[in-house]
Amino acid sequence: MEIVRLAGIGLIAAVLALLLRAERPELAIQVSIAAGALLLLLTVGRLVEVLELLLSLVRRAGLDLFYLNTVLKIIGVGYLVGFAAQICRDAGERAVAEKLELAGKVAIMALALPILLAVVDAVTRILP
Amino acid sequence: MDVNLIFRIAGIGILISVLNMVLKQAGKEEQAQMLTLAGVVVVLLMVIQLIARLFSDVRAVFQL
Repeated sequence: MEIVRLAGIGLIAAVLALLLRAERPELAIQVSIAAGALLLLLTVGRLVEVLELLLSLVRRAGLDLFYLNTVLKIIGVGYLVGFAAQICRDAGERAVAEKLELAGKVAIMALALPILLAVVDAVTRILP
Repeated sequence: MDVNLIFRIAGIGILISVLNMVLKQAGKEEQAQMLTLAGVVVVLLMVIQLIARLFSDVRAVFQL
């Protein structure tokens, strides 16, 4: 099973990082980065199947694909920014992580603005 | 498949710690420093390839 493999990778990486932390902290961080990237890579493959299903649902409901794409982009930004910010926090750079998360929030806000505009348009169309 | 990468990084780390100790005992402090730097660069090269793959995959999936 895939999930057993993922759990094993996580445990092995944790033990190896712990082994290196005292002697070589810079390489311990690299181990945890590699493990994180590996776990996310293996998760993305499974995520594709879920997204395909979501896409087929949207097609069946006849919704605008633009909205699903926007939501997907927001999830992608969250995914990447979360990954990088957690690495920064692991490395002890809390300030960099905070700025990175701020940048991610701004990017998500910029992506979400068209949807907000669509809502405002819909409301003004209903109002006389 | 890719679990080997984690083992390789940890192996390089242990090897470098041992070599570092040997070099320090032999009184070659600056060589030990260079060895540390070289180890970090080699491991970084390996990790960056993995991260590049992750980023390109995420960009493809989420159409960023």
